[in-house]
Amino acid sequence: MSATSSSPLPSVAASDRFRSDTFPLIFERSSPGRRAARPPVTEGDDMASLLGAEHLRAEPPRLPEVAELDLVRHYTQLAHRQFSIDGNVYPLGSCTMKYNPKLHEDVAERFLDLHPYQDEDSVQGILELLCELQTDLEELTGMDEVSLQPAAGAHGELAGILMIRAFHMANGEGEQRRVVICPDGAHGTNPATAAMAGYDVVEVPTGPDGEVDVEAFQAALGPHVAAVMLTNPNTLGIFETRIEEIAERAHEVGAQLYYDGANLNAIVGRARPGDMGFDVVHLNLHKTFTTPHGGGGPGTGPVGVKSHLAPYLPAPRILQEGERFVVEGERASSIGRMRSFYGNVGNLVRAWAYIRRLGLEGLKRVSTIAVLNANYLRVRMREAGYEIAFDRVNMHEFVARPPAGIRTLDIAKAMLDYGVHPMTVYFPLVVREAMMVEPTETESLETLDAYAAVLAEVLETAQRDPAALAEAPRLTPVRRLDEVAAARRPVLRYAFVDAAD
Amino acid sequence: MDTPDTLHYTRSHEWVTKPENGIVTVGITDFAQDQLGDVVFVELPSVGARFDAGSPAAVIESVKTASDIYAPLAGEITAVNDALDAEPEAINSSPYENGWLFKIRVADPAGWEELLDAGAYEAVAQED
Amino acid sequence: MPYVPHTNDDVERALAAIDVASLDALFDDVPHSLLDPRIELPDPLDEVALLRHADALAARNHTAGPMFLGGGVRQHFIPSVTPRLAMQSEFVTAYTPYQPEVSQGVLQSTFEFQTMMSELTGLPVSNASMYDGASSVAEAALLAVRQTGRETVIVSRGVHPESREVLQTYLWPLGIDIAVVDLEDLVTPTPSVGDNVACVIAQTPNFLGALEPMPALSEAAHAAGALFVAVVDPLSLAVLASPGAYGADIAVGDGQVIGNPMQYGGPSFGFMVVTEALIRQLPGRLVGQTVDVDGRRAFVLTLQAREQHIRRSKAKSNICSNHQLAALMATINLAALGPHGLREMAEGSVRWAHRLADTLEAAGADVVRGARFFNEFVVRVDREPREVRHALALRGIRAGVGVPADYGLGHAITLATTELTRQDDVDALVSAFTALGLAGGQTVGASA
Repeated sequence: MSATSSSPLPSVAASDRFRSDTFPLIFERSSPGRRAARPPVTEGDDMASLLGAEHLRAEPPRLPEVAELDLVRHYTQLAHRQFSIDGNVYPLGSCTMKYNPKLHEDVAERFLDLHPYQDEDSVQGILELLCELQTDLEELTGMDEVSLQPAAGAHGELAGILMIRAFHMANGEGEQRRVVICPDGAHGTNPATAAMAGYDVVEVPTGPDGEVDVEAFQAALGPHVAAVMLTNPNTLGIFETRIEEIAERAHEVGAQLYYDGANLNAIVGRARPGDMGFDVVHLNLHKTFTTPHGGGGPGTGPVGVKSHLAPYLPAPRILQEGERFVVEGERASSIGRMRSFYGNVGNLVRAWAYIRRLGLEGLKRVSTIAVLNANYLRVRMREAGYEIAFDRVNMHEFVARPPAGIRTLDIAKAMLDYGVHPMTVYFPLVVREAMMVEPTETESLETLDAYAAVLAEVLETAQRDPAALAEAPRLTPVRRLDEVAAARRPVLRYAFVDAAD
Repeated sequence: MDTPDTLHYTRSHEWVTKPENGIVTVGITDFAQDQLGDVVFVELPSVGARFDAGSPAAVIESVKTASDIYAPLAGEITAVNDALDAEPEAINSSPYENGWLFKIRVADPAGWEELLDAGAYEAVAQED
Repeated sequence: MPYVPHTNDDVERALAAIDVASLDALFDDVPHSLLDPRIELPDPLDEVALLRHADALAARNHTAGPMFLGGGVRQHFIPSVTPRLAMQSEFVTAYTPYQPEVSQGVLQSTFEFQTMMSELTGLPVSNASMYDGASSVAEAALLAVRQTGRETVIVSRGVHPESREVLQTYLWPLGIDIAVVDLEDLVTPTPSVGDNVACVIAQTPNFLGALEPMPALSEAAHAAGALFVAVVDPLSLAVLASPGAYGADIAVGDGQVIGNPMQYGGPSFGFMVVTEALIRQLPGRLVGQTVDVDGRRAFVLTLQAREQHIRRSKAKSNICSNHQLAALMATINLAALGPHGLREMAEGSVRWAHRLADTLEAAGADVVRGARFFNEFVVRVDREPREVRHALALRGIRAGVGVPADYGLGHAITLATTELTRQDDVDALVSAFTALGLAGGQTVGASA
């Protein structure tokens, strides 16, 4: 250092506060006596006299004590360490990472202060909205009745499979039908749901054209099959062209056909699972109907059925009686509640706003351009040197892979240094080194061109200088993590003892 | 790949010691641990549990996979390697010694002879 | 078209690039008979018209006036800073943190969430949140069944009726029996627990607001080798003994009351916090601490081999998403309030409830006494609870969650208070009770 070292330079420890490599936890910013927010205070009797000393806790919870500006900076800086759709292109396959309109947030704010046990006459506005959404979703799926209750896609799946189970039991076939068939490319939630509903799972293979192998499927069918779970287009982004035949075969043996709505964005407004022969469908409102993903949730997973399954719908539904909207009372054969109250109403409001803003023509444009964009990016990725699994005109997504010898993981990590998000990697399991890409309709061609250019450059680096790729990412808030250590000796909460210093 | 010829093997990559007093020791092969990558957790059966040959008896987890381990021969579990709770990486570093999984009192000790020998197993592993 | 950037030129350019003749030709794989069916949707609205329409609907909802509704959802103080921070674009429009290098915002805040839930409940291992309190109760029962290999679940009637309904929905297909324990003097008597019982589930404060004898229930469960599941109100834990303190193996509950708006019941989030022994059985996402290649502390999704995307049909649950954004609201809210703010909210809620109960009782209302209560209590009424709620709503008061008949209390409602309750609200409710004849004595203007 220079001769001015006696000047009051900040200590290393103090300057550490602003270095990103020591980004603190909120607990490490805590200082006893500080706080950001103060609720109204009511003086009165002490807790021991009101509640009984035996019910009280001994030590207060060690929650952070921070000033408001420190709180604001902490969570603002954390936000800056987070990739998002609003930040840049985020084409995760099967996740439909489309733009979440700001307008929906303004609409949702109008419905925050409603209690689920309010008198029905005091909630006619929200009930009308929910009733209208039920009808709109029935129209868009070609189903007879929709329940808005399930809290997420997987939750809707469980509701759907439980209804199928109740249906078979009512027909005296509950014991006989033990099996649910899923394609090997299915989302992991499908077999997990079937198991949770008490079923054995049989997987059927994908054929050479990327569609379900109908012959293998037929061989797996029989009077022991309760349900067949499919998504269409499937996880390879390919429309099951023989869907009507599949439905017919399934129905011939008395099985019910379940539609996983994860990929509805490919066909919304243009084709309906109900018309294809599906008996049950769940929707992911956070995908097709653009309620925010929120860093992992809350999702929302309404479930729709044909009339023969309607008696089993989860309670409660919203009904219109003349001019009035009411919450339906008992439905005798219902599978019951999937969660408390009426579902994720905050998200239902947003999905309603989306449908009302776009109308049918707008939604048709959504699916059509989603398919156009996916095909455009497929061709651009092929030009960039990637292999396309099942290279044909695809729907809303497609699956690619790098040339032999190059790992998808390395490509993905290198992309992070360009400020874009990789596609879904290593899914579906039926394609080695899978890269599953779903650009959605809200990305412009210029963005897709730039994304393809990144992919080309990364591949070129991979071929020229593999070592450089293994070092990526370099420019992200943190670099590759030791996931093995995290799993072998899990540290799942802050160790307060360390904070005592 | 290290494949000791004192052991016998299954097509699903378990190794099995020659029965002693009707008891065999079971683990996964060097080839298998290499394919799995870093092992982070092992779910072992309870002592006293009974398994048919080929039924799942344990689960080995790496960061992003979980693999069933099958009982190579029918019988009852007499011991499990509890040390793997604290040190699952032993399966990677010492698959044939410290990384053993469980011991089975087998119903039919002669069944061991029917399993693959080292040469046959290596041929199977090379196909995978 | 809103939100789709493509001009006609863009469409032509893209079609040329992919060598497809028209937009319709992109859908050639869809059988012709299935394409473009007749679909009836309302006409689209522009931005202004949509907001006006939303305003018109919102105007038919009642959102002001004295508020005494509880039953699992309550209107609590949420400082402005909480939603403003939580609803930042980066948090709202991110997805599951699959690429941890660019997802430290979500991952670290979830680690903070797990730590806070662990602190509140006194148990070490919290997941990254679940759908809601009710489904968390059901998931807790499934966990206990997996862990113990037993196939009966004992649940107190004090557990919220809707949670018990969800429990029934989840357990029914698996053939697991549910035994319900009736309340005595508003709380759960010590049940006899057989060696076929996977867990005992009790809620405190219970659906009637009463504080349960959790240590005795916990002991009864453990004596039979069963797990004890505590269903708790996280706000109450600022004051009440933690589940860890009375030996609960699993704590679950709903997080709406610590930082989420009511939103007509959702979304909020559920939480599940367990002992170390149950960590591998825990459903849902978990965030763990680790280091990156440069040795910097960082956070990552961990123990994923429990989950559906790896285990498929052998997963611990089919749960895929969590309720991240709602959990983040709670995380920021708890950090904003700190231990003192949370305690003040709990204390205010408790004091108003006791004040209200005493005042109503003095006015002649039939407050059901029998156990200590937190911020919610039972009042017997002389007519159907729905009628009471409706009559109060006509007077601008939101109050009166009905107590189902199977509680054996006759016509009864619960009333809840929070730190936001004011003396004017209490006065309004008491005079409404009097006017409606609910406080005993003459009925004035009550509908039959």
